[in-house]
Order: sequence, then structure tokens, then C-alpha cells
Amino acid sequence: MITAITIIRLRDLFAVIMLFGLYSLLSAALFVALSAPDVAFTEAVVGAGISTVLMLATLALTSRYEKRPAHRAWLPLAVVLVTGAFLIYGTIDIAPFGAPDNPVHQHVAPRYLEQSGEEIGIPNVVTSVLASYRGYDTLGETVVVFTAGIGVLVLLGGTARRLKRRRREE
Amino acid sequence: MQHHRILRVVTKFYLPLILLFGLYVQFHGDYGPGGGFQAGVIVAAAMILYTLVFGFENATRVAPLAILRACSAAGVLIYLGTGVVNMLLGADFLDYGSFVPDHRSHGEHYGILAVEFGVGVTVASTLLLIFFAFAGRSETEDAD
Repeated sequence: MITAITIIRLRDLFAVIMLFGLYSLLSAALFVALSAPDVAFTEAVVGAGISTVLMLATLALTSRYEKRPAHRAWLPLAVVLVTGAFLIYGTIDIAPFGAPDNPVHQHVAPRYLEQSGEEIGIPNVVTSVLASYRGYDTLGETVVVFTAGIGVLVLLGGTARRLKRRRREE
Repeated sequence: MQHHRILRVVTKFYLPLILLFGLYVQFHGDYGPGGGFQAGVIVAAAMILYTLVFGFENATRVAPLAILRACSAAGVLIYLGTGVVNMLLGADFLDYGSFVPDHRSHGEHYGILAVEFGVGVTVASTLLLIFFAFAGRSETEDAD
């Protein structure tokens, strides 16, 4: 929370990126505390590692300090506050954390936990849900990653060409 | 960063460990936490570390852009191909049980290994491609 507010206040983008990394690392620790090591892995490596490096690479292309905005943005602030208020209002109705009779534990979760051992035969239920029961979703995610790569290459491509030209010049 | 000897030595020491851990997460995902996505990201992070310390030129020699591009498509094809093989064996798309008809859970196991491998390949090579697109820009900008 303190990290998030500091990120908003700071104008030094380098410090902002470092704090973003810290924030991801803290979330990863939170996921471990909630015994979700799979998610914690992803958060630590992607959030704290790779996206930090990507943002630093972007920073190298632009300037280090944020420009002071010409006017105060009151409308976005109001929208954010109202949305936040609604979200907090929504949390009042959320089922108590970890209670066994929560709706999530009544639907397909028991079946996954009880029968995936026989049906899939691997101990990590997360993997069997991801790769087998929800195989189509994971296929979609893989295609999304691939598409993102293509998108970046189309927008920022030409690296290979520039590299070749530079090697030729040398 | 060619002159930072400590960084270079420590990186050389760490790289095999990180890559080994990536492989462990990839192929041990059935038993412990992890899987294709996490493994791909770890391998990509190892390569990014290499790029940061040893420079963009060396990194593109280790992992040429053309190969990365082919790999990111190949991973999706491995995933899709697994499903198609299932269909050729007379089952539904991505119904891995059909690999070993007598022992369906073994078939599921092989299928999961195959698709996780596809995910890992795609994620690792795509992330590296994106990173190279950024890093290559700042690196080659001066030459332009």
C-alpha cells in the first residue's frame, strides 16, 4: 500500500520501476503465504524480474523524469474513487476466507481434488487442471503469448536488420 | 558492462544453475509447483541476465533471432499438434488419455508433458524476442 502511494507520488521513473519490482516481490510473498507457489513463481519472475527489465529498457529509450502535468486530472480521480468505492462495497459480500462451505469449494473443486489422482495420475492438481481439464484455456493462453510476441515484433521489429547493417559497417 | 569482472564471474556461475532450475520446473511441474509457463519465464530470465552482462551482440549469437522466432511458433504447434494427434487416434481434441488406451492416466501424463513443453518453448522464446526488440533498439540506436 505504501509502495503503491509512493509510486504515484514519485516523478523519478527509475525509482518508480524499482518500486514496481518491490511491489511484485511483496505480492509474490503474499501468494506464498496463501500457499499458491505456482502463482508466486510467476509473479516473482515476471513481475519482479522480466517486466522490471523491460521497463528499464524502455526507460533507456526515453527520459528519466516524468513531465509535470499541465492541469490536475480531477475527472479520472473521481472515476477511480467511485470504482474503488464500489469494489470495496463488493468485498462486503465476499464469502469468508477459507470457509469450507464457500461456493468455490462446492462446484468443481472437490471433483478435481478427489478424482484427478485417478483420472490424470499426477500429484500436482494445479498442473492437471491447467493442462488437462482446462486444456483449451491453456492453449488459448499460449496463443496469446505468441500473438503478443508477434505484435511487439511488428511494432518494434527491424532489430535483425539493424544488427546486420551494423555488423556490415564494422 | 565488459569490465565488471565480479559480475561476469558470478553470472557465469549462476547461469547453469538458473537454467537447470528452469528445466526442473518444466519437467517436474507434475509433482511440484511449476509448469511450462514458469519454466519458460525462468529460462528467459536467465538469458536476459546473460544479455545484461555480456551484451546484446553475444546474446544474439547464443540465441539468434531467427531461431527464437521459429521456436515461438513451434511451441504453439507442439501444443496444437498434441491435440491433433489425439484426434488422429480417434479421440477428442486434447483428450490425452488416448495416447495409452489401456492406461488412460499414463496417456494424460504424456500429453501434459508434451503440452507443457510447448508452452515452455513458446513463453521462453517470445519473452526473449520481446526483450531483444527493446534491448536491440537502445543498443543499435547509436549506430543509426
